[in-house]
Amino acid sequence: MNRLNDKAEEIRRSIFKMICDGGGGHIPASLSIVEILVALYYEVLNVTPETIGEPGRDRFILSKGHACVTLYAVLADLGFFDKSALDTFGRRGSILGGHPDMLKIPGVEASTGALGHGLPFGAGIALAGKMDNRDFKVFVVMGDGECQEGSVWEAAMFAAQHRLDNLCVIIDYNRLQAMDELDEIVSVSPLADKWRAFGWQVKEADGHNIKELIDVLSALPFQPQRPSMIIANTIKGKGVSFMENKPIWHYRMPNGQEMRVACNELGIDPE
Amino acid sequence: MRNAYIDALYELAGEDERILALVADNGAIVYDKFRAAYPGRFINFGIAEANMIGVAAGLASCGKVPFTYTIASFLTMRAFEQIRNDVCMQRMNVKLVGIGAGFVYSNLGATHHATIDMSIMRALPGMTVFSPSGPLEARKITKEAARIDGPVYIRLSVGGSPEIYEADYEFETGKGVILRDGPETVDAAIFTTGGIITEVLKAHGELKHMGINARVINIHTIKPIDKDIIIASAAKTRAVITVEEHSIIGGLGSAVAEVIAENGIAARFKRIGLQGVFAGGYGTYDDMKEMNGLSANAIVRETIDCVNMK
Repeated sequence: MNRLNDKAEEIRRSIFKMICDGGGGHIPASLSIVEILVALYYEVLNVTPETIGEPGRDRFILSKGHACVTLYAVLADLGFFDKSALDTFGRRGSILGGHPDMLKIPGVEASTGALGHGLPFGAGIALAGKMDNRDFKVFVVMGDGECQEGSVWEAAMFAAQHRLDNLCVIIDYNRLQAMDELDEIVSVSPLADKWRAFGWQVKEADGHNIKELIDVLSALPFQPQRPSMIIANTIKGKGVSFMENKPIWHYRMPNGQEMRVACNELGIDPE
Repeated sequence: MRNAYIDALYELAGEDERILALVADNGAIVYDKFRAAYPGRFINFGIAEANMIGVAAGLASCGKVPFTYTIASFLTMRAFEQIRNDVCMQRMNVKLVGIGAGFVYSNLGATHHATIDMSIMRALPGMTVFSPSGPLEARKITKEAARIDGPVYIRLSVGGSPEIYEADYEFETGKGVILRDGPETVDAAIFTTGGIITEVLKAHGELKHMGINARVINIHTIKPIDKDIIIASAAKTRAVITVEEHSIIGGLGSAVAEVIAENGIAARFKRIGLQGVFAGGYGTYDDMKEMNGLSANAIVRETIDCVNMK
């Protein structure tokens, strides 16, 4: 587990460097899902650079596409594409932009960015798996604010109706969206009860505890014939003290002094 | 056209097990045969068009070929971002089949009319847009859509429309069809698409009685548009007319205008269709055509005006 915790810290440094060098991005939203992606990609998902084209592979969909740099860092580390691409993030000629492009980036399963798209798309893949009697799983990471989109609930009903127990959604429940706390804008609580009422089997986990996440993820499906939901309690901006739980940092770049503090906290040599 | 589509889909499903029928609570009875034969390949999404298209894209990413189907206005507009992002941006092999295009659902009102669907579907990168004029063409287009590896929109207009083609009609994507012709140089070249073609053919007969020669061209493929037939026809006529059961903004008229303008052709030009408004009034489909300037009489009048334009 130390290895994975170290990996998470490495990914955090990579995220921060990518966005600061690339001239912009969603830092706190990316920091929020680090442990979730580490648990999935290093312990759970049955997919490698060699099997990415295989019909039987597990699928991962980052529905909150604005947190893509976390996915980029993980995919590069696992060899889906060359790590040198990370240094080009957001620049002319790069394959890596501010939202993931499945046509360009090896390992990316869905081009996301507009919210509320990943779950219907993932449900379609899960349904295809059922039709073809394949035993792969589909994992979708969504934002909590994303649950304000109506298409999420259309897909939630559909997945339960079709008993897609090969589908697992992980909600990054950091309780913040771009402008404020969800509860101050349009609350999604009680989140677990809502999903249960829609026919999902729901568990909660500490979204920054890799061991806990792996334990929960290894128990899938939580109940046969039902889609599974993990509500991962997280901290938006996790790892950079002045960004944690501060909506203002949703899409903002640190200044010189802030940069030094963040680098210090993340263990980055500030050049 | 709807029955022709569903019959063709049924046949396709028998030939290719990747083909699925997806509907959004629309298509009672007509899908009975398909459902009975292929129960696992028919999915009713309920009243949730956005989810239907998102799921269709996911299915397509696993090699399925979903034919999605519902009322054209809901299909193209309620689910527009899913069509744009999930289907077109990811180049997914999803077919979109909209029924009741134009103002076929006459007295149900503008919520149920699709009169900008060609504009918005045509604007999408990678989208092929078909607009069949009758049952045989709808059938051939359905088969053609299955052969195309990529997003396709099929705009089905009026049901029970008369057949305008002989059984040996050969369809080719992106190739307009001259349905009526005059001498080498005609007074008017009338481009049209979809079920409204029957009014244009009536108008053609009346114009002929009045001594006005018109060439009538069926543009069944709105995208890619047949530039050759537009350029060739526009160069040998006094007036170019477009007729569509659709807004004049962004659809057939705009597509023809783009070709004419970009090829330096000087022609008197008139777009007949909804003049930037929602279709007005209630009544029968024929009433709607009259009230909205798309009856044969209106087409005759507008054509004469354009031919005589200073």
